Amino acid sequence: MLAAVSTFALEGIRSHQITVEVDVRRGLPTFTLVGLPDRAVRESRERVRAALLNSELGFPQQRITVNLAPAHVRKAGASFDLAIAVALLVATERVPAEALAGCALAGELSLSGEIRPIRGALAAALGARAAGHSRLLVPSANAAEAALVEGVAVSGVPSLARLADLFHGRWDPDPVDPALPARACAENAVDLADVRGQSDAKRALEIAAAGGHNLLMVGPPGAGKTMLARRLPGILPPPTFEEALEITQVHSVAGIGSGRLAGERPFRAPHHTISPQGLVGGGARPMPGEITLAHRGVLFLDELPEFSRTAVDALRQPLEEGRVEVMRGQRTLEFPANAIVVAACNRCPCARPADRCDCEPGQLSRYRRRLSGPLVDRIDLVCQVERVPAIELVGDAHDNCVSSTDVLARVVAARSRQRERLRGARALCNGDMDGRLTRRQVPLNGELAARLLAVRSRIDLSGRGHDRVLRVARTIADLDERDTVAARDLDEALAYRVDSWEALAA
Amino acid sequence: MIDVCDPCLRRSLLIAHLAPRIAGLLTQPRGRRVAGLLALPEDQLLAAAAGRRIGEALAFLESFDADAERERLDLPGALAVCAHAHAYPALLGDLDDPPAVLFGAGRPDALVALRDEPAVAVVGTRRASPYGAEVAYSLGRGLGASGVPVVSGLALGIDATAHRGCLDGCGLPLAVLACGPDVAYPRRHRSLHERIRATGVVLSELPPGTAPFLWAFPARNRIMAGLARMTVVVEAAQPSGSLITSDFARDLGRSVAAVPGRVTSRFAHGTNGLLRDGAVPITGTEDVLDELFGVDVRRPPANVVRAPVPEDPVLREVLDAAEQSDSIDSIAERTGRGAAEIRAALGRLEVDGHVVRRALGGWERRA
Repeated sequence: MLAAVSTFALEGIRSHQITVEVDVRRGLPTFTLVGLPDRAVRESRERVRAALLNSELGFPQQRITVNLAPAHVRKAGASFDLAIAVALLVATERVPAEALAGCALAGELSLSGEIRPIRGALAAALGARAAGHSRLLVPSANAAEAALVEGVAVSGVPSLARLADLFHGRWDPDPVDPALPARACAENAVDLADVRGQSDAKRALEIAAAGGHNLLMVGPPGAGKTMLARRLPGILPPPTFEEALEITQVHSVAGIGSGRLAGERPFRAPHHTISPQGLVGGGARPMPGEITLAHRGVLFLDELPEFSRTAVDALRQPLEEGRVEVMRGQRTLEFPANAIVVAACNRCPCARPADRCDCEPGQLSRYRRRLSGPLVDRIDLVCQVERVPAIELVGDAHDNCVSSTDVLARVVAARSRQRERLRGARALCNGDMDGRLTRRQVPLNGELAARLLAVRSRIDLSGRGHDRVLRVARTIADLDERDTVAARDLDEALAYRVDSWEALAA
Repeated sequence: MIDVCDPCLRRSLLIAHLAPRIAGLLTQPRGRRVAGLLALPEDQLLAAAAGRRIGEALAFLESFDADAERERLDLPGALAVCAHAHAYPALLGDLDDPPAVLFGAGRPDALVALRDEPAVAVVGTRRASPYGAEVAYSLGRGLGASGVPVVSGLALGIDATAHRGCLDGCGLPLAVLACGPDVAYPRRHRSLHERIRATGVVLSELPPGTAPFLWAFPARNRIMAGLARMTVVVEAAQPSGSLITSDFARDLGRSVAAVPGRVTSRFAHGTNGLLRDGAVPITGTEDVLDELFGVDVRRPPANVVRAPVPEDPVLREVLDAAEQSDSIDSIAERTGRGAAEIRAALGRLEVDGHVVRRALGGWERRA
């Protein structure tokens, strides 16, 4: 007898439909698995056999051939177990074939017949919808996550025995509620008001959030750079449903999701010893890197000059295109990677205040040269973070500190102005605009244009630097709810400019 | 301009030939022993420095051909004057061991200008603090604009900053190197080296093409002290090469001056020590001019002393606050204004030339 069942294989963060075909016929009892399975898939024979026998569903003493189609795609992981087991049940006529019409499934089996959770359930549900299935059966633990996808009826199944009951109409699964985000606990949330002083850095964060600009914070250790960066997701507009779905999909594939829809933007702070693969994704079985895990959120690179040169250089493509391409074997995988990068470094290797610094000029230029070209070229703002005098840390200073809620309101307003203006363009916010779009979107009147020209001769501003100043000035005007860029916006943007890295290294 | 007599050229090239041997000879490279060595007559110099390579050195002297060497030196922009030439700076004659030949690259009339105007050496540490760099720049610029030639060593830090100030003040820069005058050392100062050759002159007692040797640095310092009527030390630790220069200047009976520094900074130990020993305290270009020409005889041109104060009261307030504080937050505290407003004001002040931004942020008032 022949049977075919649909399941899904993860490739990058997307899923591909895989058809599990089972042929059972008389002959010496063998169990052959073909279709480029990896080790974990080949071992699924043992799990399937034990799970079927322990669920008292019987295992055929016949010649069994399982094919995973399309046969040229490499299959990895244990999520094919359930489909193989069900296809066997159909092929041996223990389950009616009609019960599986329009139905896809995914799950890992334990030897006892229980169904274990899998990675990427959300991706599987999206794949099921794309492939036109009306029903998806997943492990109970993944049901709520998969149910976030509309248009597919998702059921959670605890065990193989229950699944057989379901197909025979002897059991009805509980309806599944989509896993909407847990209500954020206000007590745990980080707030800008917790940070004393640092009004300059807070302003820079606000501009970065409002325009989606990448930011470099310069200051000694312990000044509060990490603390400030951690508060950036909180002043970004909450993710839309589509964005939240993207975030959840990525995290589910990486196995770090909470099983619920993401309610907050991610904040990732990889250590500076990270490899290029860890940062942008890759590996024998390509996994998303930190920049993908920070998708639609914030990637914080503390001690930027300590990161390896190759790792930082690998960020060039994601920063320019908002996505990463990873090449493995004959395939190219694409991961989304649209995050705001916040980098931090010290002013010099010894990290002491300028008047007590005893770095050699050579050391200093070596340190700054390690701020790699491509990344610094994509940073729009630089701000200083100095240690706050102890006197400001005591007492109740909350009175004059702005809270994240106030900043968020301004950021949301500025973002909606940008969306209005950039309608039809390829960019969503000012930080996404390329050079040509920038010059079209930020027209300067004669006086301002002449002024900027004069500036360029005086302070050695490159063409790229010029565009970045315009972008930031545009965001400052947006925060101020003005349609045209004024002189003081340009002045402020100039004061935030990042020197070209050649200038830094000199 | 090549104006050298045979014995002087022979001696200079012998020293250049022995340069690697001299390097090996000195146990205390930063000391002043080398000065005595360079004053020795030829036979004693050979005995002291040539060692086992004496045969080689004698062969060099044997085959010495003054006319061929002169021809080799005579390249466009090259300069060589011996102690007997008219253009040789007379002040160098005060040294116990004046260089036999001064090799140079740049404008030949620069040496003539030294006859009419007293030069000032501005020297200091290679690890200049922002404060030291600011003072060195403003002294270089002020002296340059006042028509006083500025002598320095093209080293990193104070030296280069003083040269830059002098160039920006349209003055006459003189750089004295510890290698051939055509060798840009340190390499990072290639473009500065080029600019100095175009407007002033680069000098050395070593012929073109000679690499820098450790012993040549203190030897170079004696030439700087000898060329200048006055030596100003901007920032120096203790011990330091700049203090060697000021020691030479003191031995020559020239004025020694120092810029007061923070007592907690180790790069002020040398300069504050000089002040304690009676050096002239320098707080600006005016002090140098007063010491050189007498009180109030000569003033620096008004426009180089300070950029004109901005008219806008907000800008003026931020500028004053910026002078006394390091971060935007402390400016905000002083002025009671918001961070955004201060950023905008600083951007404006920079565009208008009142402040300069340091790499990676931080502002300084332009001197």
